[in-house]
Amino acid sequence: MEFLVAAAIGILTAGGVYLMLRLRTFPVVLGLSLLTYAVNSFLFASGRLVLDAPPVLGAGETYTDPLPQALVLTAIVIAFGMTALVVILALGAYLNAGTDALDIDKPEPRNPSDR
Amino acid sequence: MLHWIVAPIVLPALVAPIIALAMRHDLVLQRVFSLASTSALVLIAAALFQAAATGAVESYEIGSWPAPFGIVLVLDRLSALMVTLTAVLALVVLAYAVASGWDARGRHFHALYQFQLMGLFGAMLTGDIFNLFVFFEILLIASYGLMIHGGGRMRLRGGVQYVVFNLAGSTLFLFALGTIYGVMGTLNMADMAVRAAELPPGDSGLLRVAAALLLLVFVLKGAVLPLHFWLPNTYALAPAPVAALFAVMTKVGAYSVIRVYTLVFHPELEATGTMIADILIPAALLTLAVGMIGVLAGGTLARVVAFAAIGSMGTLFLAIGAFTPQATAAAVYYLVHSTLAAAALFLIVDQIRARLGSSALVAQPPMASGGLVAALFFGAAIAMAGMPPLSGFVGKLLVMDALRAHPLWIWIWATILITSLISVVGFARAGSTLFWMAHDAGTPMPPPDAEARVNRIEDQVHPGAALASIGAMLGLIVALTVLAGPMMRQAEATAAQLHDRQAYIEAVLGPAPTANPNPQAADEER
Repeated sequence: MEFLVAAAIGILTAGGVYLMLRLRTFPVVLGLSLLTYAVNSFLFASGRLVLDAPPVLGAGETYTDPLPQALVLTAIVIAFGMTALVVILALGAYLNAGTDALDIDKPEPRNPSDR
Repeated sequence: MLHWIVAPIVLPALVAPIIALAMRHDLVLQRVFSLASTSALVLIAAALFQAAATGAVESYEIGSWPAPFGIVLVLDRLSALMVTLTAVLALVVLAYAVASGWDARGRHFHALYQFQLMGLFGAMLTGDIFNLFVFFEILLIASYGLMIHGGGRMRLRGGVQYVVFNLAGSTLFLFALGTIYGVMGTLNMADMAVRAAELPPGDSGLLRVAAALLLLVFVLKGAVLPLHFWLPNTYALAPAPVAALFAVMTKVGAYSVIRVYTLVFHPELEATGTMIADILIPAALLTLAVGMIGVLAGGTLARVVAFAAIGSMGTLFLAIGAFTPQATAAAVYYLVHSTLAAAALFLIVDQIRARLGSSALVAQPPMASGGLVAALFFGAAIAMAGMPPLSGFVGKLLVMDALRAHPLWIWIWATILITSLISVVGFARAGSTLFWMAHDAGTPMPPPDAEARVNRIEDQVHPGAALASIGAMLGLIVALTVLAGPMMRQAEATAAQLHDRQAYIEAVLGPAPTANPNPQAADEER
């Protein structure tokens, strides 16, 4: 199970980084989502992988650490909000600028009519 | 327990939704509430500064949950100083935003501004590293909104870049936190400091990974090379008051580095040792060099100032990276100075844009009340470049003096001195192009700009008050220079407190930490 979880996190991260480096808004949003999934699974694993155990102390022989679950919940909420925001923002930028490229070729033109 | 510690977070958290929900159609009410709230925050910050000046570290347990299990807010000299600096800066910048009419160019400026302050204060006061992540997110979410305030093609594109860069940073932060929790089993900074010293040698590799990942996140906020790419576009494209407020955002990264790497992963810790300093010093040298060369090469004054801000972060991280009490004291002084100087310059850039429509460094027609703006620019540029008599000179002198015993001192001194010269040339060239070449005969008028989203001088509510708030910012710099003695004593006390880790740990966890069965062993180990 350890190998499976580690491999899943690794593949998700690699995919996320690759997509982010495409520098177009749609792949970047997908890449960010993949990275978020990877980090959420990683946070879960930081409390050690335990099977079939309740997150309650003294309820059974073993227990699973409840704190990472609380952390993941926070991270999921934040990532969810951020993804929504970046989608809206990217849409606004696309409709305004007519391109979905992320990098700005000429950040501020040297002629007086900048911005 | 001092209950006022939580006030800088609670007050803007209450005022912001009221502004957003109850008075979203009434700009005057928004301005009144926002200014009142920020003024109250200055008073609260002054009171907290007084409380911290006694030298005691105050810990505030939220919901009365005891320390390693609940979240604590910690007030020591450093966080009190940061809160005071942020509150004062925020008030001056807000006055400018209202006077220049920037807040009327989009919706929800004041609500976002208060949320931004909430995130900043929270990040400076928290004693829990996951809570630090949450407050980072709060200040970032607010800054995303502020960054694209006023709209415009280029600003939206810059906004997307900024958001994506920081989302990647947040993901890294979570990876670092997961690693820390996996190794140490705690996220309370004081508890981390205790446990890091007790870890078996087999875990030191993971600890180093966590320390390095965390450093990446903080220096990304602090715009250290090679993670500075977000800064020039963001600062140059953001509305001026927002860019001025953002001057303190990079300092939050610097603050976090000081906090975590003097408390938890300090140089005496066996697992990390001097690893952090070995990374930080060369990176800071490069940052300083590239920032100041950027001052020479930026095509518009806005970009010149943005690169100067990067360069000043380089100087700051040089002082931080030495991790000696003397260097940390110099870092604290320079931090205050560079925040004020960068903020003042960004506001001056806005005045130039308001008069000319752009801050491009080409010959432009003379501007209204150009002499006054030029004088303000002259003062702020002297401060930023580190020329006498203003506080930039004092700050750089302190940094160089503190790094005299460093093994790389010759590189550090050479870089600081040469980059100072480069930045003087850069600012002089920018200033003479904008203010003096303007009077050359036959200068063509620039074409009217359809894309411009600058705040023209005609739209400003009260141009005189806007100039006055820039004057106030410069006045703060002068005060920092005149009061360099008391300020430096304060900085030295701050550094001494930071390097006295036991006081912080005991203030948070109590004299006999419950989470740690054998604190004495931990002390001896360290």
